[in-house]
Amino acid sequence: MQISLTINGKSYSQEVEPRTSLAHFLRDTLDLTGTHIGCDTSSCGACTVLLDGKAVKSCTVLAVQADGSEITTIEGMANGDQLHPIQEAFQENHGLQCGFCTPGMVMTAADILANNPNPSEADIRHGLEGNFCRCTGYHNIVKSIQHAAEKMNS
Amino acid sequence: MENYIGKPIKRREDTRFLKGAGRYTDDIKLPHMAHVAFVRSPYAHAKILNIDTTAAAQAEGVIAIYTGADECGNFGVPCGWQVNFKNGDTMREPQHPLLAKEKVRHVGEAVAVVVAETQALARDAAELVEVEYEELPAVTNPKDAMQPGAPLVHDQWPDNAAFDWCIGNDRAEVEKALENAYHVTELEFINNRLAPNAIEPRSYIADYNVNDDKWTLYTSTQNPHLIRLLLCAFTLGLPEHKVRVVSYDVGGGFGSKIYHYTEEALVTWLSRQVGRPVKWTADRSEAFMTDAHGRDHVVKSKMGFDKDGKIVAHLTDEYCAMGAYLSTFAPAIPTYLHGTLFQGLYTTPLIHLNVVAPFTHTVPVDAYRGAGRPEATYLIERLISKAAIEMNMDPAEIRFKNFIPPFDGINQPGYQTQVALQYDSGNYAAALEKALEAAGYENFRKEQEEARQNGKLLGLGISTWIEGCGIAPSAVVGALGARAGLYEVGHVRVQPTGKVTVYTGTHSHGQGHETTFAQFVADKLGIPIEDVDIEHGDTNEVAFGMGTYGSRSLAVGGSAIVKSIDKVLEKGARIAAHKLEAAVEDLEYGDGKWTVKGTDKSISFGDVALTAYVPHDYPQGEEPGLDFSSFYDPVNFTFPFGAHICIVEVDADTGKVTIKRFITVDDVGNIINPMIVDGQIHGGVVQGIGQALLEEVAYDEGGQMITGSYMDYAMPRADDVPFIETHNTVTPCPHNPLGVKGAGEAGTIGATPAVVNAVIDALAHLGVRDIQMPLTPQRVWKAMQNNN
Repeated sequence: MQISLTINGKSYSQEVEPRTSLAHFLRDTLDLTGTHIGCDTSSCGACTVLLDGKAVKSCTVLAVQADGSEITTIEGMANGDQLHPIQEAFQENHGLQCGFCTPGMVMTAADILANNPNPSEADIRHGLEGNFCRCTGYHNIVKSIQHAAEKMNS
Repeated sequence: MENYIGKPIKRREDTRFLKGAGRYTDDIKLPHMAHVAFVRSPYAHAKILNIDTTAAAQAEGVIAIYTGADECGNFGVPCGWQVNFKNGDTMREPQHPLLAKEKVRHVGEAVAVVVAETQALARDAAELVEVEYEELPAVTNPKDAMQPGAPLVHDQWPDNAAFDWCIGNDRAEVEKALENAYHVTELEFINNRLAPNAIEPRSYIADYNVNDDKWTLYTSTQNPHLIRLLLCAFTLGLPEHKVRVVSYDVGGGFGSKIYHYTEEALVTWLSRQVGRPVKWTADRSEAFMTDAHGRDHVVKSKMGFDKDGKIVAHLTDEYCAMGAYLSTFAPAIPTYLHGTLFQGLYTTPLIHLNVVAPFTHTVPVDAYRGAGRPEATYLIERLISKAAIEMNMDPAEIRFKNFIPPFDGINQPGYQTQVALQYDSGNYAAALEKALEAAGYENFRKEQEEARQNGKLLGLGISTWIEGCGIAPSAVVGALGARAGLYEVGHVRVQPTGKVTVYTGTHSHGQGHETTFAQFVADKLGIPIEDVDIEHGDTNEVAFGMGTYGSRSLAVGGSAIVKSIDKVLEKGARIAAHKLEAAVEDLEYGDGKWTVKGTDKSISFGDVALTAYVPHDYPQGEEPGLDFSSFYDPVNFTFPFGAHICIVEVDADTGKVTIKRFITVDDVGNIINPMIVDGQIHGGVVQGIGQALLEEVAYDEGGQMITGSYMDYAMPRADDVPFIETHNTVTPCPHNPLGVKGAGEAGTIGATPAVVNAVIDALAHLGVRDIQMPLTPQRVWKAMQNNN
C-alpha cells in the first residue's frame, strides 16, 4: 500500500506491506535506526516515537496506520549539533548508559513534559512506566527529566 | 597533576546515543544481506522424529534451509571452564550442537534454520517447517534433576550431574563445629532463576568475502576477541587471521553477551554457504528462551554461632542448575566465582560448601551480573540477619562482632580466607558505620515502633558484601579450570601530532570506557582529554583482549593501558633528553612536558611525538615512533566491598512491599569518574531489587517457560524503585597501578539481601523468619497470615 507521511519535518511517500510495523518501516525502509526494537509485546518502550505529538510505541503501530500523520523520531529532536533540552539534560545528568533504551526514553520524556511542564518525581516515574531501562535503575533518567523541565520552563 | 581523575566528566559517548546515531549490530545493513529465522522446539525434552522442509523450501524468498542433519549439525560450541568432580572424575561435557540432532533438550532449542530475502519472509517460511516430535518427560529444578529416576538430559551418563564439587575446610570438621555451636541458624531456599534482559536483543551479521576468503562477524558481544578465538579454534575451525569480529555499540550485556552462542556460529557458517551477508536478530521471546540465564540454586545452609554471636562454622549444600548444555563459563559460576566468596566479610574459621551442578531441561545458566557472588552474599547475609533475630541481637552489632579487622594489603598483609582466595585490602566496619549513619539507624527502631502503633509495617535490612573481581591472574584461574588466560591488552598509539589513540581489549556496553579511560590517560600524559580517543570492539584494530565482565575493565584493562603509558613516557624521556641535551635522570615529566630539573628548559609531549615520527635530530640507535602495546596479567583479584541498607514499608493488607529508602556505601577502590560509578551502583541496585521483589524465570512441570515475555516476567519499572542514596569509602587496591577495584556488579550483589532482610525485619514481630524470593505481595501476605 502507498502511504504518505511527514517524518522529522520531511515528507515521504512510500509503498509498504500492510503488515509492516511503523518501527520496521522507520528502521528498515528509511534507515532511521535510532528507533530501537527491544521486545514483541509493546512493553519495553525502546521504539517510542511521537505520532502527531503523542508518544506511541512504533512496534504496535502499523506503517499504514501512520498514513497522513506527522512523526517525530529521536533523529528529529536535535537541531543539527544543537541538542534538544531533553537530550542535553540526559547528557548532563548521566541519564543513559548503553544507550539502547535512550531514544524511547527521550521521546517519552518529551510527551511527559508536553502534557505536564512541572511534573513531580512521582509523575515522572508514572510517565516512564512503559519504558524499560536495565542500566540506570531509572535514577538519572528521572533526574534528567526533572532537569529538562527546569530548562524548558526557564 | 590530576585534572580529570576523580571528576564527574560528562560522557563523550552520549552524543551519538542521544541523537539516535549509535551503531548497534541490528542497525547495520550490508548490500545483498539475507536474513535468518530459526525453527525452535516447543518442547523441553523430545525426540525429533522427522523434519519436513518441503513446503518451507518453496516459500517466497527462501534461499536455503538447514537442519541438524546437515554439516552444521556436526559443529558445537565449546565450554571454557572445566570443573571436575571432587573425587577426581572429569566434568561431564556434552556436545552443544548448532542445531539439535535427534533430541531437543530445552524449549527454544533450534532444530532448523531458514535463510531468506527478508526477516519477515524467513519467519514466514520457518513456520512452514514441519517437525514431528515425541515428547519426553522433563526436569527443570536442579534438585529434582538429581533424584533417582529423574529424566536424563544426556543419556550417556547415569545421572544428571555435570560435576559434584566442594571447597573449604574438611566437611566432618565443619559438621562437628556445628554440633558443638551455641546456636545454629538454618535456611533453605531457592535463589531464583533470572533472565538478564539487556534491552538490546542479541544480533549477529556474518559476511563472508569469497574473493579474500575472509569473514567479518558483527556481533553484540562483551568480548569480541574471545568470540573470534572460540569460533575459530573450537567451533568452526576457521583461520583466526582471516576472521574479523566487530562489536561496535552493544545495548547492555550484564553477562548474557559474554558467551559464544550457537546462533553466532551458525550465522557465520551460513554466510559462506549462501555466499551473502546473513543477519539474525533475536526477538524478545527468543531472548528469554536462548540467552543464558542466571542464579537458579537450591540452597540448604547452616551457620553456627558461639554465645556472643561469633560465627564458628558455615556449611552449605547446593544444587546449581547448568541447564541443558554447558554455556561458555557456566561451570565457574557456582564454584570459583561463588564458593570462593563464602568467607564474606567475616572471620568464620570453618567453611564448607558442596555444589552439585545438574543438567536440566532449561536454557543454560551462566554469569548474570555478579555471577555467583550475589548468590554467596545473599545466603551469608540472610543467615547472619536471621541469626540476629533468633539470638535477639542487633543485626549491625552481630556483623561488627564478626568483621575481619581493617588491612591495607601494604602495611598489613592481605587476608587469607578459608576458601582459597586472599583478600587484597579492606575496612569493612567503616563501610557499615557510614551506611548506618546515613540511614539514621539510631532513630530507626523508634520510628519503626511508632509506625507499628499506627498500623504501618516498616523494616530495615542490612547487607554487607564483598566480591572478587579484576578477573583474573591467568595462572590462578588456569589451575582452577579456566581454558583461557584472563589478562588484558592496552595499546597506546601516540600520533605524530601528539594526539593519542588508545586501543583496549575491554568492551564498553554502557560502562563509559570512552570517557573513564580517557580521563586517566589524559592525566598520566598531562594532555587535554580532547587529545585522547579510546577505541574498542574491533579485532582488526585492537591487538587482543579478553573483554568486559566481572567488573574487570578498569582494574585489568586500565592497568594494561597504564603499562603502555609508562613505556611511552620512558621512550619519550630518551627523545626529550636528546633534544634538551640533558641526561634522562635530570628530566622530570609533568603538565605534558619534560623539563630539565631546576631550569626552564623543556620540551612538550607533542614536540617529542613529532620528533619520534620525524626523526631527523634523534637519539642514536633509538627506533622511530611512539607506539606501545602491553599485556597486563594481574597478580591477584581485587576485592571491592560495601554495606547496603534498605528501608521498606509492607502494606499490612496486601503484602505489597514499597522501598522507602535505599542507601549504599560501596568501596570500589580509587574512583576515576564518580558520576559513572554512581550510575553503575544505581543500575546494579535496581537489578538486585528486581531479584528480591519481582523477577523469576518460571517453568511449568512439562518444562514450558511460563515467563517468556515482558508481559509475564516482571522487571523493575521506574515507579517500582526510589532514588538510590549512594556513598563511598575508598580503600585503594594495593596491587594495580590505578588502585581501582571495580564497580559494575557491586549494586546487584549488595542489594538483594538488604531488601529481603528489610521485609523480614518489618514482619519479624509476626514471627516471619524467611520468605522465598521474589517477595511478591501474595507470598508476603501469606507469610504474614501463616505466622500471625
